[in-house]
Amino acid sequence: MRVKKFFSQIYMALIFIFMYAPIVTLMVLSFNENKGRRWSGFSLKWYGELFQSDMILSALGNTLLIAFISATAATVLGVLACVGINSLKGKARNAYLALNNIPMLNSELVTGLAMMLAFIAFGISFGYATIIVAHITFCVPYVVLSVMPKLRQTDKSVYEAAVDLGAKPVYAFFKVVLPELMPGIVSGYLLAFTMSLDDFIITHFTKGAGINTLSTLIYSEVRKGIKPSMNALSTILFVSVLILLCAGTYGPGRKKKTEKREKVK
Amino acid sequence: MNKKKLLAGPYLLWMVAFTVIPLIMIAVYGFTDRTGAFTWENVTAMIRPEHMKALWLSLKLAFLCTAVCLFLAYPLALILKAKGVKKGSFVVMVFILPMWMNFLLRTYAWLNLLDDGGILCTLLEKLGLARFSIIGTNTAIVLGMVYNFLPFMVLPLYNVISKIDENVINAARDLGANGFQVFRRIILPLSFPGIVSGITMVFVPSMTTFAISDLLGARKIMLIGNIIEQEFSTAANWNLGSGLSLVLMVFILISMAALSHYDKNGEGTSF
Amino acid sequence: MMKQPLINLVDISKQYDGTTVLDQLNLEIFENQFVTLLGPSGCGKTTTLRIIGGFETPDAGRVIFDGKDITQVPPHKRALNTVFQKYALFTHMNIGENIAFGLKIKGKSKSYIQDKIKYALKLVNLEGFEKRMPDSLSGGQQQRIAIARAIVNEPKVLLLDEPLGALDLKLRQDMQYELIRLKNELGITFIYVTHDQEEALTMSDNIVVMNQGYIQQMGTPEKIYNEPENAFVADFIGESNIIGGTMIRDRLVEILGARFACVDEGFGTDCPVDVVIRPEDVDLLKPGEGTLEGVVSHLIFKGVHYEMEVMAGGFEWLVHSTDMFPVGTQVSIHVDPFDIQIMHKPESEDEEAVGVNE
Repeated sequence: MRVKKFFSQIYMALIFIFMYAPIVTLMVLSFNENKGRRWSGFSLKWYGELFQSDMILSALGNTLLIAFISATAATVLGVLACVGINSLKGKARNAYLALNNIPMLNSELVTGLAMMLAFIAFGISFGYATIIVAHITFCVPYVVLSVMPKLRQTDKSVYEAAVDLGAKPVYAFFKVVLPELMPGIVSGYLLAFTMSLDDFIITHFTKGAGINTLSTLIYSEVRKGIKPSMNALSTILFVSVLILLCAGTYGPGRKKKTEKREKVK
Repeated sequence: MNKKKLLAGPYLLWMVAFTVIPLIMIAVYGFTDRTGAFTWENVTAMIRPEHMKALWLSLKLAFLCTAVCLFLAYPLALILKAKGVKKGSFVVMVFILPMWMNFLLRTYAWLNLLDDGGILCTLLEKLGLARFSIIGTNTAIVLGMVYNFLPFMVLPLYNVISKIDENVINAARDLGANGFQVFRRIILPLSFPGIVSGITMVFVPSMTTFAISDLLGARKIMLIGNIIEQEFSTAANWNLGSGLSLVLMVFILISMAALSHYDKNGEGTSF
Repeated sequence: MMKQPLINLVDISKQYDGTTVLDQLNLEIFENQFVTLLGPSGCGKTTTLRIIGGFETPDAGRVIFDGKDITQVPPHKRALNTVFQKYALFTHMNIGENIAFGLKIKGKSKSYIQDKIKYALKLVNLEGFEKRMPDSLSGGQQQRIAIARAIVNEPKVLLLDEPLGALDLKLRQDMQYELIRLKNELGITFIYVTHDQEEALTMSDNIVVMNQGYIQQMGTPEKIYNEPENAFVADFIGESNIIGGTMIRDRLVEILGARFACVDEGFGTDCPVDVVIRPEDVDLLKPGEGTLEGVVSHLIFKGVHYEMEVMAGGFEWLVHSTDMFPVGTQVSIHVDPFDIQIMHKPESEDEEAVGVNE
């Protein structure tokens, strides 16, 4: 047993190292005096340069704005869709779920290209709107997939009890059903936000000239070499999210869900 | 009660407008030439040697990547299950958090580790091992794919495996099954939906990637994704690009439809 | 004649995260018995069962099975089978495959397995269910399949972990008789875990009452019910009046200022004791004819009998009787000497939990 435990610890550690090695590398390099990968001394100059670079800052702004709008819209659309789909049965329901799978099965490449062609065909000029529409489209399925299982778990009688006690259906939904869905909605929103933030391929095909997100900016820089200030920005972003996540998990004000040990009887 | 159905309306409209119609557009472009006349040429162009070569290489690398992801993720999901539900936060930590550092940047960072003169190579050299660089090889591309797509294998697998009732496993042991038999007869079949969904979510993006091969392939290696992307960006032959995309799409749909036969309830595709 | 026990638990202790669940538990279980581990949740009964089944390893102590120490033997090498609380059927296999699981692993021949499936399904009254899937069955049917799946392996002992907990009352009662019938037909030992005292009294040859990791009392249902050894057992099994009293001398006890004749001896003189009197053993007579005077304060019709509360000597007595006395009636309480059960008073709270561990 002990040997098994030891190996599983090692295994988890190796996966962790695999996932974090490049991230740590980038973080370290963001403090490198030199531009290349040879370490030549600690420096904060890339952080200074970062705040001088309008290009990077505007790309950051675009990225966050697009992620925020897309994730929010996708969540609203997705939650409504879940409630609707859940009230359906049989074939209609399956048809919806199949529709939901299209963006997931259709590679991002095909989705991005198809959208680009459609925008052109209907004479829609590329800009923020096209990026956001595209992002909403590929984010909604993730929201649906996060919320749907929670909705299925929700005890129908809870809603019925609320209505029985005199609540109007809409009020009952917001006061009783929605709180139960909340974990699913939150994880769906976060997933959508993260996917939008990290997306490159779809943005690449649906963005207009002159608009850059961090992804497309980095891609255009790859040939000339990526500026270390980009590493600096990523380090700041990553560390802030890490702190937020830790605060959310371990901070005060959050009820700790202590699992009941089910075996002791 | 029936009003509830209407809530799915906006979603239906949205998905039709932005997934179904664009797909029709790609078909329209794929089956026409520059003058707008119908043609099979763009679709049959896939059998040209340079395209077949890229498709075959993409298939090979995507297959390899999917296999590696499955073999890395399955034991991890088992370990996480054994450690209890609370460790779900580990999954989020390790696999969602990195996405906050841009995907291209993270992939590019492997260059710093693996390139000739990179950190890992220098380290190995100092240890007296051979000097090597895998940048520009298929290995580097597979590594980049595994790195980027491993989360999409771990999440559905963990999701399904962690839900297997401990008492079902105990019941199998009680009836005389040893560790391996429990795995083969109980855990493996019960985790099938997760495997199917994981394979789909890794195979599809790795089959169609062009950014990873751009970054880690040193522009020497052409995958089918690179060819299609170039038809749109540099060569500007949208009809050809659409035709090739169509074939690729149908190819993927057929292979995934064959797979999804095993995941009847769609249990695996949830987070 | 001293028979060799089939299962012998010796000084078993188990802790979870610093909480003691079992403390030096000793238990002997003999062949062909229906033994019930009974107690409130958290008393250690399920942990005891899991230790016998091999799903938990005790921190200290030994598990002896058929004369051999099996403490470290994994579950799949133990000659006993378990019926789990929520059935734990294999949802990806049909009923036939579920039942065949253990036999296939043992490498039995196809025809043997087919015969066994038929036999087992017949035994649990579900003939012809081979091809059905578990989730198309009702709770009661799934329960029978779980039992069938366990017994085809011909275990010497069948462990049952609250198997009827999820069933409704009528079905539960039917299954109780079914289990007794099965046990008699198979002639093997059943170890049954439940928190339901009625279930325990109905089915068991022997009941082991547990609380907070200790065995409170072991014995036949009659003995446990009629002669509880401490207040916990008296309170947990059935309803009872537990009253503080004083043992004046052998065969005479003073309760609430009145003296009752009893049959217990050996407590010495003027010894403080707890007295247990079952509600159906309290006789209500006309005023002046009994030992203690009181007034009926509550009356409820329960079908088989009336349940009354009688205020007497400053204590609210619970009384079951087929005779009805309206609220406000003056009555006199009488208890036959052999219906009075005397117990040592626990010296501290702690000891109450420990109980008598003889």
